Amino acid sequence: MSTPRVEEKLFQNRYLVDAGRPHIRVAAHTAPSANLLAMTRLCPAGCYGLNDAGQVEVVPDGCFECGTCRVLCEPSGEIEWNYPRGGFGVLFKFG
Amino acid sequence: MIDETFDAIVVGAGMSGNACALTLAQRGLKVLQLERGEYAGSKNVQGAILYADMLEKLVPDFREDAPLERHVLEQRFWMMDDTSHMGMHYRSDDFNEARPNRYTIIRAQFDKWLSRKAQEAGVTLLCETTATELIQDAYGRVIGVRTDRTGGIVHADVVVLAEGVNGLLGSRAGLRAVPKAEQVALAVKEMHFLPSETIDARFNLKENEGVVIEAAGTLSKGMTGMAFLYTNKESISVGLGCLVSDFRDGQETPYGLLEAFKRHPSIAPLLAGSEVKEYAAHLIPEGGYRAVPQLYGDGWLVVGDAAQFNNAIHREGSNLAMTTGRLAAEAIFQIKSRREPCTKANLALYKTMVEESFVMKDLKKYKDMPALLHTQSRNFFLTYPELMSKAAQNFLRVDGTPKIDKEKATWRSFVQRRSWPGLIGDAFRLARAWR
Repeated sequence: MSTPRVEEKLFQNRYLVDAGRPHIRVAAHTAPSANLLAMTRLCPAGCYGLNDAGQVEVVPDGCFECGTCRVLCEPSGEIEWNYPRGGFGVLFKFG
Repeated sequence: MIDETFDAIVVGAGMSGNACALTLAQRGLKVLQLERGEYAGSKNVQGAILYADMLEKLVPDFREDAPLERHVLEQRFWMMDDTSHMGMHYRSDDFNEARPNRYTIIRAQFDKWLSRKAQEAGVTLLCETTATELIQDAYGRVIGVRTDRTGGIVHADVVVLAEGVNGLLGSRAGLRAVPKAEQVALAVKEMHFLPSETIDARFNLKENEGVVIEAAGTLSKGMTGMAFLYTNKESISVGLGCLVSDFRDGQETPYGLLEAFKRHPSIAPLLAGSEVKEYAAHLIPEGGYRAVPQLYGDGWLVVGDAAQFNNAIHREGSNLAMTTGRLAAEAIFQIKSRREPCTKANLALYKTMVEESFVMKDLKKYKDMPALLHTQSRNFFLTYPELMSKAAQNFLRVDGTPKIDKEKATWRSFVQRRSWPGLIGDAFRLARAWR
């Protein structure tokens, strides 16, 4: 049995994406810190990735709003973290 | 958006927020509750076990209509390596009582129900409303909350921060620090659906009886963490969590660990043929007693996960949340009854009440456990489970080796891996931290 990709796991979930208003933003950087780089592995929804230039990018459409990246990267100012506007984001059926 | 001033604003509609709002309304206070989700529960994630005693204090007859899944008949603690588990199981017909002590629940459904009780008691609930900032006056007193609704400022005599482990308001206002990576675990969880008869058969259960499995060992790859499996009526909640600091310093992905746990030969048959309907993640407060922040100030209180109220050793959180939410409400009610303002000095009553309750006493009992488990995670979560498994297998496998040689081999394996000072030190430190 192979491990399913995280994207396939998110397929079961309900989201209301606030298009054009991502609630997490990564600050401009040339090379990511160890914490920011770790998010490409650690984010449970796989929202973080590396671009061709080796910079970390975030697409928080599948975000659980768990706050792991906030804990690791907000104090240093590498990311800006807010909750989605009311009603938007993940909508747990079971939680 | 709402011109009137409330007696209290409760930020969040999880366990602590609902307990607080409900109690305040039951005492006749005017309460506004803010919730980001489309309904109370839609942003909340838990395993989940419900503790009846703490809910009875809020809704004595909750068993009549609360969405309960199964009462817990059997608890299994498992220590696992990659191919085995050894366990302590406790199953008792005494748990088939008229008023069972523990239930499995599904949070999205349960929270919606508890929130309805709060609304029936008079709470004004605003859903789809994200609180963005605490409003403080020139003296730093909290006087209200800014929301993302148009003109969305609301005022109250006191604001209860029931905003969860990842609450923004309190930390943005400088009332407490953002949790550190060492103080929170990241847990992932899936909901696996199966017919209830299949669950009954696999776990040897009758209708409404449930099993809880809590497991630690090589599944966390040496990180401080554990996995769980809870039986619901027609589904199984299966999940796994590890400290964020350990995840950060390791090589694993949370979903990779969960998949490996699900494939474990002791787990896979329990889940076989199930349909996964949700995958979720959440942080769990793990800092214990030493991570509890300032609990009150002028015009504000903090309750539940936001205050790190979680007993990691006993895996209890929702009961601490319900209790601190209720105690916050009772403190506010007492102050209001005396027609006094919700100043820092007056709200200190809340901290006194929490300290006199089981909440702070339990956290204090285990105040040194986080430091022990977090700094020695490889020993407690990898080395010992492997040694214990090998010892058990050596004990049980009959292969012509004299028993005296088997025992010597087992002792030698422990001493080789941990050394005598290491073994004695671990036993001493564990006993001292547990005491």
